[in-house]
Amino acid sequence: MNYPWNWSVFLQPSADGNGTYLDTLITGFGWTIGVAFSAWALALLLGVCVGIARTVPHAGLQRAAALWVDVFRNIPLLVQIFLWYFVVPELLPAAWGSAIKQIQPPWGSFLPATFGLALFTSARVAEQVRAGLESLPRGQLQAATALGLTLPQAYRHVLLPMALRIVVPPLTSEFLNTIKNSSVALTVGLIELTAAARAIQEYSFQVFEAFTAATIIYVVLNLMVVRLMRVLEHRLAVPGFSGQALGQRS
Amino acid sequence: MDGLDFSVIGRSLGYLLGEGLVFSVTLTVMAALGGVVLGTLLALMRLSGNRWVSSAAGAYVNLIRAIPLLLVIFWFFFLVPFLGAWLLGAKEPVKVGAFWSSVITFTMFEAAYFAEIVRAGIRSVPAGQTQAGLALGLTQRQVMSQIVLPQALRNMLPVLLSQVIVLFQDTSLVYVLSITDFLGAATKIGQRDGRLVEMYLFVAAVYFFICYLLSWQVRKLQLRTAIVR
Repeated sequence: MNYPWNWSVFLQPSADGNGTYLDTLITGFGWTIGVAFSAWALALLLGVCVGIARTVPHAGLQRAAALWVDVFRNIPLLVQIFLWYFVVPELLPAAWGSAIKQIQPPWGSFLPATFGLALFTSARVAEQVRAGLESLPRGQLQAATALGLTLPQAYRHVLLPMALRIVVPPLTSEFLNTIKNSSVALTVGLIELTAAARAIQEYSFQVFEAFTAATIIYVVLNLMVVRLMRVLEHRLAVPGFSGQALGQRS
Repeated sequence: MDGLDFSVIGRSLGYLLGEGLVFSVTLTVMAALGGVVLGTLLALMRLSGNRWVSSAAGAYVNLIRAIPLLLVIFWFFFLVPFLGAWLLGAKEPVKVGAFWSSVITFTMFEAAYFAEIVRAGIRSVPAGQTQAGLALGLTQRQVMSQIVLPQALRNMLPVLLSQVIVLFQDTSLVYVLSITDFLGAATKIGQRDGRLVEMYLFVAAVYFFICYLLSWQVRKLQLRTAIVR
């Protein structure tokens, strides 16, 4: 393979005139973190609500929640982000639509990408939360209501504290997916980490240095999240339940 | 908001489905087949007694699973010509068409995910089966191919097919290579006629319809195979 390696490319001034190519990479990493963490926060909030709605004894709520999951799970993420970016502003009343289109560049891509990623992920979170709630013995809810708790109280004090702990491991992998999926934001023009690597490749022609750097950053981020979530899992573990008891760790 | 005009879809339906959707489905099927074969190989390597073999396979699987598909697409798009030149002993990078570049990319990417599914499937077969097979005088290879893998495949079929549905959705990402897959075809027509809104709504509806139908079938299959155990 005769490829002219040149690792000093990161110290060269970048084509966009803002510092070096290393700075391009760091800025891109910042946007990756921004999209991934805000989308994850929103997805967690929505996903827990929808997941609860799928298990409550109320036919209408259950059906609405099932529809939510089906819609946001069966359309590709890229198409969903395009819907938020290209389609939604056109379908809103004209004044709103043009207000949305006037949002300044990074935010004009950041918002639809984050929103699309959040809704896409919320469907997956909802399925995990539902699985967690359904894995609890039926007696828990029965005992709670027999003790005189209302349904919301039973969820708040009995079911959710158990179910949410049980689903920490699957939610960790959903969080990792969210970080990886945040790269799709580049299709609507956000210069996140993958797009930054691509930009370096386009201007400096040092393809493999740029992609290697991005790959290393993603891998390190991945390892850090895994480590962090493992600590969280330990802290939250109910003695005798969750993690160890379910055989997650042998 | 000016009126929506969905007649553009009727006019370009042949191109959208005949070119675009056919490309997406072909890519999905080829990558799924290639991915299952390569993934099974990787899973067997990971379970191998040889430490070097198993850690090499493990490193590949974990690396691919840690980085975004889009980055993998870019990697292979630039790497495959160099690898081709290296394999063929050519001096210059080999030109690989967009289609084969994406088939190779998705096969290599999905193999890492399929490998984990297959590994879980193999683990789901009780160790007593292997021991019994060996006790009956079968070789290690015979036990794996005639006893363990057939059962493992049956156990993991629903998960495997769910992953194929995910793969079908993921093929839309070849958009970044300006390939005319289903989404790419719709974008081309939409930009030409100024009807992006109608086009993207149509694309979303078709993807939803196909994926919903497939996942419903997978759920049915899951119930059928679950009874056996």
